[in-house]
Amino acid sequence: MTTPSDVTPSGVPLDAPPTGAQTGAPADLPPSTEAGRGMFGVSGTGDTSGFGGLQRRRSVLRDSPRPFGGEFDEVVDGLEEAYPGFHDAIERIVVDRGELTLHIVPERIAEVCRALRDDPALRFELCSSVSGVDYLGADRRRLHAVYHLTSMTYRRLIRLECAVSAEDPHLPSVTAVYPTADWHERETYDMFGIIFDGHPALTRILMPDDWDGFPQRKDYPLGGVPVEYKGAEIPPPDQRRSYQ
Amino acid sequence: MTTDYASARETTEGRVFTVTGGDWDAMVGDVGAEERIVVNMGPQHPSTHGVLRIILELEGETVTDARTVVGYLHTGIEKNLEYRNWTQGTTFVTRMDYLAPMFNEVGYCLAVEKLLGIEDQITDRTRTIRVLMMELNRIASHLVWLATTGMELGALSMMIYGFREREYILDIFELASGLRMNHAYIRPGGLAQDLPDEAIAKIRELLGWMPERIDMYERLLSGNTIWRERTQGVAVLDVTGCVALGVTGPVLRAAGLPWDLRKTKPYCGYETYDFEVPVSQDADAWGRYQVRLNEMRESVKIVQQAVDRLKPGPIMIADRKIAWPAQLAVGSDGLGNSLEHVAKIMGQSMEALIHHFKLVTEGFRVPAGQVYVPIESPRGELGVHAVSDGGTRPFRVHYREPSFVNLQALPPVAEGGLLADVIVGGSSLDPVMGGCDR
Repeated sequence: MTTPSDVTPSGVPLDAPPTGAQTGAPADLPPSTEAGRGMFGVSGTGDTSGFGGLQRRRSVLRDSPRPFGGEFDEVVDGLEEAYPGFHDAIERIVVDRGELTLHIVPERIAEVCRALRDDPALRFELCSSVSGVDYLGADRRRLHAVYHLTSMTYRRLIRLECAVSAEDPHLPSVTAVYPTADWHERETYDMFGIIFDGHPALTRILMPDDWDGFPQRKDYPLGGVPVEYKGAEIPPPDQRRSYQ
Repeated sequence: MTTDYASARETTEGRVFTVTGGDWDAMVGDVGAEERIVVNMGPQHPSTHGVLRIILELEGETVTDARTVVGYLHTGIEKNLEYRNWTQGTTFVTRMDYLAPMFNEVGYCLAVEKLLGIEDQITDRTRTIRVLMMELNRIASHLVWLATTGMELGALSMMIYGFREREYILDIFELASGLRMNHAYIRPGGLAQDLPDEAIAKIRELLGWMPERIDMYERLLSGNTIWRERTQGVAVLDVTGCVALGVTGPVLRAAGLPWDLRKTKPYCGYETYDFEVPVSQDADAWGRYQVRLNEMRESVKIVQQAVDRLKPGPIMIADRKIAWPAQLAVGSDGLGNSLEHVAKIMGQSMEALIHHFKLVTEGFRVPAGQVYVPIESPRGELGVHAVSDGGTRPFRVHYREPSFVNLQALPPVAEGGLLADVIVGGSSLDPVMGGCDR
């Protein structure tokens, strides 16, 4: 796994597990894309703390092993039974903090939702929310659409996640399955530029119609102007020195 | 063509008339032979509960098509959160749905606490005060709904009574947090400050007269013929329609489904309180009015139980790596400061100084992951989706706002009805644009 660039001049491999690390410890996980360097988010000034040399790692998502625990096994088994293309459609199953996340192949999301809604053993009647997260720098398919589905019959909650790239941000709309997704998808398009194919009218909803760019993306600046306060100039929030 | 009632001008999209009022038939006659008229309502309109724009297509006085336009109050709160630390987040989210700030704060704090895995360490007193504040807030929010809806239907006394009682609840909030609105009172790990005794005395006073006042509102409105005619059978939306459109809260319960997250997915210890979930089978504006009235009664019951079980104790978790050093007292200059705390960190404890400095400048780190926490706000399911990358700031926070989702139900309840019932329909959904647009 170690490539020459991952070795320091003195020959110590950068990816080697730290001494004393136990299997499963965060430091043991293989690093995904570099999360950033330093602690204060500044460069160019003299750094005498040494923190500027810190290289942080992002932990990567891992499949959760079976059993997932109680109702989650029932949901996954139910979906496997109800949806024939289960194994092609599920990229990964993660159980974290008592919540089940199914990572779905983007092209299949509408079909999976339909199975989740209609199957008597699943009955996810309510689509609570659809939104996005931009994992810039951590995932090549950086734009994630996140769906929260509620089963009112069984009182369950699950999360579906679809990852698409910024170059090809297309995935099928679920409005035919959940009419409520209409505005949610418009907002996700508005904020992240994810295009939901098959949506009846995918237009901006919160931002003005002629707005450029997608504000919630991580590479979109917060904006703001420096403010003078009692003689000192305070930079806008996204340019202030801060911990990372 | 310029006439008495409608002046016209040519635009790229066709001829646009500006109607200044007057007789309907005369106006239709002026505008031309066409029966179909497109009317733009809002965004500045007293009956839209904020800046909501509705584009209506009318045939006579019947609405054939309604389209809602939102976003006029978008302030980028979710984006702003990503540039502050986790504790500062409450200051932002409290400004979303300004009629239910406590719910925004509790939802956010529950999400942060779930990410941190410290739900079990939240003290009993904290939980009880959170429930107390939320239920008082629910009463205040429903009072504003009753007040504004009353005003829109011509019951101006209801408007004055509703706002009067709400102001009393805001006084309680002010005693507790220092602010009438935008409290930032509930913080990750606990509360900003303890509830003072004056506030508890005031709450007990409220509990004394509130049930009687609710009965009074009911006597004032329910027997009124105009109120009945304007609400009964108006803006009907059944359970299927509600679930398909994602509508939750009083609107769903007025359709007959007793779905209340306080019962179905309890949080903050709601399972230990004795209360009912009011339901109506009417599915119309009248049913929603009944449900909200009864919900206020149930909230009074919960507040009573919460006050009774309130025992002295800490209001912040014991973990010094998370607990924000506060215990502020209001100084002579009106600003909050804790001289005792300042004396301690400056004079006695180096450790405490370091913790204070690290917490205030850097904040705490939250392990990477994501959670979704739904709570029952006065308008329905308020869901907080919080994502952390392991840093000191939220990576992404998304609010599933019930106002935003419920507003999608406006066209179905308005289309086919009369123009005047658009106001009732929209009002019965109780949208708050600050929450909708965030």
